[in-house]
Amino acid sequence: MADTPKIDEATGTETTGHTWDGIEELNTPLPRWWLWTFYATVLWGLIYTILFPAWPLVSGATSGLLGFSTRGEVAAEIERVELSNAELTESLTTIDLAALPANGALHRFAVQAGRSVFAANCSQCHGAGAAGVVASGYPNLLDDDWLWGGTLEEIVNTVRHGIRNDDVDSRYSEMPPFDWMEGGELDRIVHHVRSLSGLDHDANAADQGAALFLDNCSACHGENGLGNRDIGAPNLADAIWLRGGTHEAILRQLMAPRHGVMPPWGERLGEAEVRAVSAYVHGLGGGEAQIADPVLETEAEDAAAVPDATYPAEAGETPEETGADDVAPAE
Amino acid sequence: MASDAPPLFAARQPIFPRRVSGTFRRLKWAILIVTLAIYYVTPWIRWDRGPNLPDQAVLVDLLNRRFHFFWIEIWPHEFYFVAGLLVMAGLGLFLFTSALGRVWCGYACPQTVWTDLFLTVERWIEGDRNARIRLDAAPWGPRKWRLRLSKWVVWLLIAIATGGAWVFYFANAPTLLRDLVTLDAAPVAYATIAILTATTFTLGGFLREQVCIYMCPWPRIQAAMMDPGTLTVGYRDWRGEPRGKGGVKRRQAAAESIGGGEAVARYGAAVDKDHATQRSSRTGEILGDCIDCNACVAVCPMGIDIREGQQMECITCALCIDACDAVMDKIGRPRGLIDYLALDDRPPTQPGEVADVVVFAGTPAGNVSGTGQPAWVPKPVWRHIFRPRTILYTVAWSAIGVFLVVALFVRPEIDMTVAPVRNPTFVTLSDGSVRNAYDVRLRNKHGEARPFRLSLSADEGLGIEVQGTADTVVEVPADATRRERVYVVATPEAAAASRGRTEVRLWVEDSVSGERSFEDTIFNGRESFDERSGAAG
Repeated sequence: MADTPKIDEATGTETTGHTWDGIEELNTPLPRWWLWTFYATVLWGLIYTILFPAWPLVSGATSGLLGFSTRGEVAAEIERVELSNAELTESLTTIDLAALPANGALHRFAVQAGRSVFAANCSQCHGAGAAGVVASGYPNLLDDDWLWGGTLEEIVNTVRHGIRNDDVDSRYSEMPPFDWMEGGELDRIVHHVRSLSGLDHDANAADQGAALFLDNCSACHGENGLGNRDIGAPNLADAIWLRGGTHEAILRQLMAPRHGVMPPWGERLGEAEVRAVSAYVHGLGGGEAQIADPVLETEAEDAAAVPDATYPAEAGETPEETGADDVAPAE
Repeated sequence: MASDAPPLFAARQPIFPRRVSGTFRRLKWAILIVTLAIYYVTPWIRWDRGPNLPDQAVLVDLLNRRFHFFWIEIWPHEFYFVAGLLVMAGLGLFLFTSALGRVWCGYACPQTVWTDLFLTVERWIEGDRNARIRLDAAPWGPRKWRLRLSKWVVWLLIAIATGGAWVFYFANAPTLLRDLVTLDAAPVAYATIAILTATTFTLGGFLREQVCIYMCPWPRIQAAMMDPGTLTVGYRDWRGEPRGKGGVKRRQAAAESIGGGEAVARYGAAVDKDHATQRSSRTGEILGDCIDCNACVAVCPMGIDIREGQQMECITCALCIDACDAVMDKIGRPRGLIDYLALDDRPPTQPGEVADVVVFAGTPAGNVSGTGQPAWVPKPVWRHIFRPRTILYTVAWSAIGVFLVVALFVRPEIDMTVAPVRNPTFVTLSDGSVRNAYDVRLRNKHGEARPFRLSLSADEGLGIEVQGTADTVVEVPADATRRERVYVVATPEAAAASRGRTEVRLWVEDSVSGERSFEDTIFNGRESFDERSGAAG
C-alpha cells in the first residue's frame, strides 16, 4: 500500500495515496466548515441531553436540568385552557338549565365540551355515534324516544344520578318476570304488544292478549302501551325497541326481564361536565323542549320527529378546520 | 496514517470575483432589481376587498387559513391550486433546464441574487478584485477593521431588511411594521426575522458558492435533466486551443501559413489537417483564440475555470461570456469564444480521428476542403430552444396553466361539502320514519354575511331539516365556513325508508344573489340495516 498522494490523470483529482490491487482512491475533501458544523451538532446533542430528559437509567431516565416533561407540558396546557374557559365553565354551572339553549355562546361551549366528555365517558356503552347497542340494551340517544325523559333537565338528572345504582337519587324501576304465566298467555301478550305498533301479529291472539295486558302490564306501560317516563317504563307503541321488537325478543324480556344500569356521573364529572354532556346528548337529534304541561308528556311521543326547533344553530362560525372538536363522522 | 496524508477536510478558498460589464451583466442587474423589487414591494401593495377582508394585495393569512392574491382568494380546500402551481413549477424547471440549462441558478435563484447584491456591497466598500485580495492577505489593522466592519454592517442591514420583508407577507404590513418598531409584534415575527437575517447574512456573505456546491440539490438534479442539445455556458475549445499569449499578428500569420483562409477567419481557430500538428503547436507556433488572460476565471463567482468544460459548480451566470467578449473585442477576434452553446454544437471530427482528451477537441473538416467554404455552420439558437422535448414540456405546462385558470373562474362563490354521518347509518324515529344525518359545510366567499337556503331534490316522502332552524335557512358569516347538522327524514311509508340506498341531491342557494350549488349524496334506508343498529322493524 503506497502512501504517496498524486494527481489522478483521468479526473485531475488528488488521490489519497492508498492503492488496493492498483485501484486508487480519489480524495475529495469535505469543506472544513462542514466538519465544524458536525462538531457543533455533537456539542448541541451533549448539551441537549444535559438539559432535557435523555439518558435511560434502571428505572426512568435522567430528568434534565430544565425539569422539562411532556406530561408537565400537557398539564400546563390543560391548566391554561381551563383558566381561559373558567368564566364559561362558571356560567354553565350556575345558569338556569331552561335558559341554556337560548344562550348561543354558552350553549355552543357546552355542546363542544360535552362532545369530548361523551367520547371519554359515555361512548363505551352508547357508542361513539351515540347509536346505542340493541343486543346489550344500551339505548340509542339519537332518536326521539326517551325512557326517562328527553328534556335537558331530565337528561341532566339521568346523567347526574344514573340508573339502578347505589346513588340515593338514582332512577330506579324493575320489571317483574312473568315466567309464572302459561306459555300460551305469554304468546298472546306478545301478539298484543306487537299489534300496538303495527307489527305483524295474529289478530285473534292479540285480542285475547289485550285483557292480559290490561291486567298485568298496563300499571306501568299504560293502557295503550305508551309507557311511563316517571318509572322508565318503555313506550311499547312506537317503532323503537330497546332490546329488539321480534316476537322472541319480547317474549324473552317478559320471561326474564333485563335491566340497564348506568353509573351516576355527578360526582365524577362535576356539575359543569354533567351539564355539558347533557347539552351534547340533547342536541343529537332527539332532545325535547321543556314541556310545561306534564299531560303532554305521553302525547309528545307521537309527535313527528322534529328536533327541538327553538334552539339557535350551533357552532360553525369559526373559520374552517379551526374547531378541534370537528370530529369527522366515523364510518 | 502517514503524516503526509492529504487532508480530508479542506478550507474554503476565498473567491474575489472581478467587476465585469457586458450584455449578461446588464441582464443580471435588471433581473436583480426586478426580483428584489418584487420581494420588497409586494407586501405593501394595497387591494380593496370590502370592509370585512384584509386590504393587502398578497397575504398568506395563516390564522384564518386564507391566501389572498389580488382578486384571487384561496381557501384550504382549494389547495389543489397550489398543487397545480407546484406541478407547473416542476414542468417549468424541466422546460428551462432542457432549453437553457441551469438558467435558474444563474439569474433568478435567491442565493445568486443576494450573493450578487452582497458582492456589489463588498466591491463598493473594499474595492475590486485585486484590492480585495490584498486586503484579505493584509494583517488586521485599523483600515482592515474599518472596511470589514462597514461591509458587515451593510450586509447586516440588507439581511435584516430581507428577513423583515418576509414576515410582511403573513400579516398586514403597515400594522406589523408599527408593532415591530414598538416591540408589540408576536415573538414568532421576531424569531422569523432573526433566523432569516442570520441565514441571509451567512449564506450571502460568507458561504456563497459553498451553498451551491455542497448544500443545494439542484446542481445534481439539473445536470441530469440536460442533454447534448441544451444551451449552456461553455468554451469553444476547438477555437480557443491551444491557448497562449502569442501576439495577434503572429497567430494570424501562423494560421494563414497553414491554410484554411476564411474558415480560420470565421472560427479563429488554429487549424490543421493533421491533428498531431495541432497538438505540437502547443509550443507556440500555432495558437487558438484563447490568450490565456484568465479574465473568465477572475470574474467567476464560483471560482472555476470554464475552459475545463462543464462543471457541477458552474451556475451559468454567463459573466465569463461578458469578460471574454470584451477581451475578444480588444484583440480583434470574433466574440463567442465563451458562449451559450450546446455540447453537440461543434464541428464534426474527421472520420477515424481520435478525439482529444477534451470533449470539444476536433478539427473542422470543411476547412481543409480547399474550397474555402466552411462545411460546418453552428445550429441557430432557436433550433436548440424549439425541440420536441421543450415543445412537449411547454404544451404540458400550458395545459395545466389553462386548466387552473379555467378552474379559478368557474369555481362558485358559494360552496358546500356534505359528509354523511355513518355512525349509525340511519336512525329510526318513534313513529317509524327513518332519519339520516349529514354534516354540511357551507362556505360563503362573499364579503358580507349571506342567508343560505338548503333544499332537497329527491323522491317523494323525503324531507330536509336543519338542526336548529325552522325554515332551513342558515346565515353564513362573511368569508367563512359554517357547519350544520342536516337531517333527511323519510316517512315510514316512503320507498326510501325501506330501500337500501337512495340517491339524494342537496341544494344550497344564496337567498340574496340566487347562486346555487348542489352536492349528491346517499340516503340509507332500513335495507342498509346492520345488526348493531337494532330491530328497527
